[in-house]
Amino acid sequence: MTSVAEAAAPTSGEPRMAGLRRFVRRNAWVIGLWALLGALLVFTKLIQPDYGPAAFAILAVAALPYAFATAGQVMAIIPGGVDLSLAAMMALTSVTAAVLMEGQGEAFGIVAVALVLLLGLGLGTINGIAVVVSRVPDIVVTLAFFFIWEGAALLVLDSPGGSTAVWLRELVTGTLGGSFPLADLGQWIPKALILIAVAIGIVWLPLRRSRLGLSMYAVGSDRQAAFRSGVPVQRTKVASYALAGLFAAMGGLALTMITGNATPLQGPYLLASVAAAVLGGVSLAGGRGGLVGPIIAVLILRLARQDLTLMSVDPNVAQIVEGLIMVSVVLLGAVAALRSRRA
Amino acid sequence: MTSASGSVAATSRAGPLANLRALMRDRPLIPLIGLLILLIVALEVIRPGIVNELWLSNLVKFAIPLAILAAAQTLTMLTGGIDLSAGIVATMSAFVMATTVPHIDAAIAIPLSLVPAMLAGLASGIGVGIFRVHPLIMTLAVGLVVEGFLLAYQRFVLGTSAQVPEVLAWLGTGRSFGLPNSLLLFVPLALLIGFMLRRTGFGRLLYAVGDNERAARLSGVRVWQVHVALYVLAALLAGIAGLVYVGLIKATTLSLAVPLLLPSVAAAVIGGTSIFGGRGGYGGTIVGALILQVLATMLTVLQMPEGTRRMLFGLIVLGVTALYVRVTEER
Repeated sequence: MTSVAEAAAPTSGEPRMAGLRRFVRRNAWVIGLWALLGALLVFTKLIQPDYGPAAFAILAVAALPYAFATAGQVMAIIPGGVDLSLAAMMALTSVTAAVLMEGQGEAFGIVAVALVLLLGLGLGTINGIAVVVSRVPDIVVTLAFFFIWEGAALLVLDSPGGSTAVWLRELVTGTLGGSFPLADLGQWIPKALILIAVAIGIVWLPLRRSRLGLSMYAVGSDRQAAFRSGVPVQRTKVASYALAGLFAAMGGLALTMITGNATPLQGPYLLASVAAAVLGGVSLAGGRGGLVGPIIAVLILRLARQDLTLMSVDPNVAQIVEGLIMVSVVLLGAVAALRSRRA
Repeated sequence: MTSASGSVAATSRAGPLANLRALMRDRPLIPLIGLLILLIVALEVIRPGIVNELWLSNLVKFAIPLAILAAAQTLTMLTGGIDLSAGIVATMSAFVMATTVPHIDAAIAIPLSLVPAMLAGLASGIGVGIFRVHPLIMTLAVGLVVEGFLLAYQRFVLGTSAQVPEVLAWLGTGRSFGLPNSLLLFVPLALLIGFMLRRTGFGRLLYAVGDNERAARLSGVRVWQVHVALYVLAALLAGIAGLVYVGLIKATTLSLAVPLLLPSVAAAVIGGTSIFGGRGGYGGTIVGALILQVLATMLTVLQMPEGTRRMLFGLIVLGVTALYVRVTEER
């Protein structure tokens, strides 16, 4: 498919067509993911003819913490690392948010959100500094922090509890509905989806164009070459882990917002974030991929899970199937990484 | 003058450091046993009278399942891997055993319960060896799937009352001549693992693959076969650890041995097995498990919450690994 497009490109005379072809070629993976998501939505509609805005809103809410976890994981993977402490940071920030907002007024919610986001940045910075200073591989350092942040979460709150501001809960539930100019379309746009787009866009869009963003890709594709061309490798590493921490804090906040309280135990977000990153076209070897693909991949994986529920598969069996899907995605990703290294 | 004194100071500083470096590289057991004794003395100082024969035998009793689980980590870490599914795989063996014992004889149920564990290990081995997934990710994924199977299985056997057979309870908690019975299983097992690592071809292959996988491959080693055999063996050890542990705890839950996962990694790391592969052994891991058990007692005596324990163990893994990187680094 790709090779056909490549072969055809030089022969096309019209520049606009060539531009379109280049766009298709560059974004073939993301376009494929959109098609897969579309096909899955059609399949969902077939097995459940009354699948409507309400069910789609539930999907978006379910995808919320996964989307932030995946965005954080991508930040760590692009410069050639991986963040195993991500789900633990989500648990820690989630309980911190819930404890901060316990018994406080509605307005304090803004302060709590700001504090928790700062906490996430701080946790991520600590991860990054530890990686740089200890000279131990990323995967081992973040494994140690997996346990450290999990322990910290247990210290903040040893059993599920805390609470959240009402407006934060309302921020994620339901759809835009009538407040959108076209009410029919507004019904189909869940608030959670807007939140994903806005929160990730605010960080990612400026970052992608910035010097730091470029450095992250440079370090990921060839650390040695990046170092020799004057890229501050260590600072880039720390910054990328700080961003991963920031997204983890957003994920933690999302968890608190959805459930209204928080639990110190880690959710299944670590493996899910790696699987969605891989499915979204991010190379585990680093230096390749963006954020659009992984976010669509999150929606695909969540929709697959929702379909299992709609087909009234036993929830435990559904967990097995979901686990197997993720394992196969990671297996395929590893094979792809192996091929690209050989090529 | 200044430069001369500076160089003298530098050499005198390098002297003991070089000695320590050599000691930790060549004889890691000596500083480790020293640390263990130091911790026991410290515990006796904090709570005088706590160290006695009964306490020691309890220490050994609780350290044994941990040391068996840490054997799985040691073997996988020698090849540069890790087994994050060990905790749930151990739990699976214990749970499957306890729910089949009411129906069939314990002599059949016990070996039978190790079969699903080995299947999980086979899955990890295939992922790591053939598909070349990073062991951390692969075993994490297998752990998740195993947990799913375990949850589904639990609903399937909901009516069955779980039982811990006499023989495992005797092995886990009993004492003969003042010594815990679990030593009867553990001593031969530890000797077998030590023999395997030092004297058999498979043991040498583990070191070879961990030290330089490319070199091993170029010398004709079929690396994928080593990985598959290794992860099956690691899962088998995890299963055995689960069976011994359920004999000790005498209650089956779906999170039985899961809290042992982090200490099992920490025990191997403290014991001097390099998490990057190629260096280490089982002797250090056993001492590492004892050190962690003493440390856990100390934290209990000091009434530290569970969260502090996890943070401390995580910091130990990080600190010890960073130390080993510096101490054994060749420059």
